[in-house]
Amino acid sequence: MNDILQKEQLSELVWRYRIDAPRIARKRKAGQFIILRSDEKAERIPLTIANGNAEEGWIEIIFQIVGLGTHRLAQLKEGDTLQDLVGPLGKATHIQNFGRCLCIGGGVGVAPLYPIVTALREAGNDMTTIIGARNRDLLILEEEISAQSNHAYLTTDDGSYGQKGFVSAVAEQLISDGNHYDLAVVIGPAIMMKVTTGVTVGHGIKTYASLNPIMVDGTGMCGGCRVTVHGESKFACVDGPEFDAAGIDWDQLMNRLNSYREFEEKAIKDHDCKLGEVS
Amino acid sequence: MTDVKKKKVIILEKTPMSEQDPEVRSHNFEEVPLGYTEEEAIAEAKRCLQCKKPKCIEHCPVNIKIPEFIALIAEGDFAGAASKVKEDNALPAICGRVCPQEDQCEGVCVLSKKGDPVSVGNLERFVADWERRHDAVVYPEVKPSNGKKVGIVGSGPAGLTVAGELVKEGFDVTIFEALHESGGVLVYGIPEFRLPKEIVKKEINYLEKLGVKIERNFVVGKTATLDELFDEGFDALFVGTGAGLPVFMRIPGENAIGVYSANEYLTRSNLMKAFEEDATTPVIRGKRVVTIGGGNVAMDSARSALRLGAKESIIVYRRSEKEMPARNAEIHHAKEEGVQFHLLCNPLEVLSDEKGFVRGLRNIKMELGEPDDSGRRRPVPIVGSDYEIECDVVIVAIGNKPNPLIQESQPDIQTTRWGTIEADEEDGRTSKKFVYAGGDIVTGAATVILAMGAGKSAAKSIQTDLLGED
Repeated sequence: MNDILQKEQLSELVWRYRIDAPRIARKRKAGQFIILRSDEKAERIPLTIANGNAEEGWIEIIFQIVGLGTHRLAQLKEGDTLQDLVGPLGKATHIQNFGRCLCIGGGVGVAPLYPIVTALREAGNDMTTIIGARNRDLLILEEEISAQSNHAYLTTDDGSYGQKGFVSAVAEQLISDGNHYDLAVVIGPAIMMKVTTGVTVGHGIKTYASLNPIMVDGTGMCGGCRVTVHGESKFACVDGPEFDAAGIDWDQLMNRLNSYREFEEKAIKDHDCKLGEVS
Repeated sequence: MTDVKKKKVIILEKTPMSEQDPEVRSHNFEEVPLGYTEEEAIAEAKRCLQCKKPKCIEHCPVNIKIPEFIALIAEGDFAGAASKVKEDNALPAICGRVCPQEDQCEGVCVLSKKGDPVSVGNLERFVADWERRHDAVVYPEVKPSNGKKVGIVGSGPAGLTVAGELVKEGFDVTIFEALHESGGVLVYGIPEFRLPKEIVKKEINYLEKLGVKIERNFVVGKTATLDELFDEGFDALFVGTGAGLPVFMRIPGENAIGVYSANEYLTRSNLMKAFEEDATTPVIRGKRVVTIGGGNVAMDSARSALRLGAKESIIVYRRSEKEMPARNAEIHHAKEEGVQFHLLCNPLEVLSDEKGFVRGLRNIKMELGEPDDSGRRRPVPIVGSDYEIECDVVIVAIGNKPNPLIQESQPDIQTTRWGTIEADEEDGRTSKKFVYAGGDIVTGAATVILAMGAGKSAAKSIQTDLLGED
């Protein structure tokens, strides 16, 4: 049950797991997520489904080590069984033939973008994609995304690969050059989404962003993942995770993502200390 | 001639149950009441007058044969008493602790006219604990398989009851639970100090030993719909998904860091064990915690806050103490432990600092006006009476709505305008054939025992509908 079938390192901090999960593989749609626990004491970690195969009964998740929870997850090996895996959760992305779509991913946010790009492409859309990361090592899924794109652009913050700079700058350039888009989808770190959707929404493009607030159960029970959209409080787990970017209160989202920063930092420090004692 | 008939001595005062000292217990998560000793239980059982026409049974939502089990305790036959309770209630250790007996069996006890009623709840708890501690659990006979498969959505009190009733009758029973642990509100909601999780685990183990299968991490409506479960071979499905969606105040500042729904605060503490040293799921340990609301969940939250290290724990409630929906015993326990009450006081705004963390709650004082629809006097704000309470955590415990996941994925199930599932109160049948529902998903947020009563009725209907018998 929920064995890790394949484990692959995509960059120094980013891993891809293929997980045996026949039911989720059958039901999942682009935009949905799962929640997992790596071991009996672990926290519940929500991760967007990056890929899946209904016939073969597996899904893929891609995660970056950011805190103790993801650090522990990365310790698992091929053949290990996840303690818990539940899904698919959240509402699926609305897929139809919109015409021309602009899909923008930043950092590990490129992973959840991939199934959406694939689904939009299959629905007959003309696809322009922009993916970016801090540096070349952190850029993931370049080939996969390119294969699904009519026009693909790459950026790195430090210029080590692709265009130097932010994905938002490329978006601004493409739109100013007269390219017309019927829909934009933006996924990445909150600050990147705030800036980038600012560009697309500013040019009047209908834009969706997939949000990653802190959550516990993922079924609407705790309300910890509430975000303000068009002045209304919504639960990202059941009402989202995708929302109309024009109405998202980004500053509140970024504040709330920092709720447990102190705890996280202390947990990592304690963990490193313990490792130090052992060695 | 004098009356020679032997008259039973009536003892008007109940046998008290010892409790952890309030000062000590407000810093730990261990259970507050310590339970009866055998001697105390016998003494209390002997107070029962063994009425010819007892009212207690009919006022118990699952109709436990109360005088009979109490008589067995009085004789010292504790194992027999436990079996007697379990004929009607599969979860006695839980009900003995969290049932509102004062409104049910104890409320109609004949002794309560002149003194204290018989402590039925304490006695129920005693026999269940005695049986567990003495490894004397007796498993009832399970009928041979009847070939019918029943799926139960949610492993809270309603679902567990349906499972317990049907597995004994030879049904193949599977419970689907969304979380990684089963028990529903019994594990995520009610705190350790009121209902130790070890007890819930044991009661669920008991059902598993009888043959009930539990699929955790399975969200019906997402992982599979009801229709898909029928396609997979289930003959009937019971929906007991509870009232798990938290209601917020809709006041400014409510999304500040440190504002929790009671569900989230209690889930982090109870289910994710945020109180343990090596916890991986954090909870903000406020120094001054304000809980909004006057029900049992509000008391649970305010008392948990003290145990998580709060120097001060304050309840803000917009009506007076008389209107509080919480059990008297819970209010009493909260007060003993030092929880402060700001009554007739309604929150207006959550105040936060420049980083978005809670720094206070602005409230307005209220006075009671004319009675409203619920018969309680409606609180009316007193103009110009607003004031601030400094605090770093705010817990919103003003109620829960039904979880909509099933209804959304299965539009052919009729719902009410409150979002609850429409089901017959007597038999649990819904608008969809072979789908039954009971507990908070039908009634809106209520009690454990009412959910169990509904589970019992639904189990009877399922049996009738699938086997064509009563």
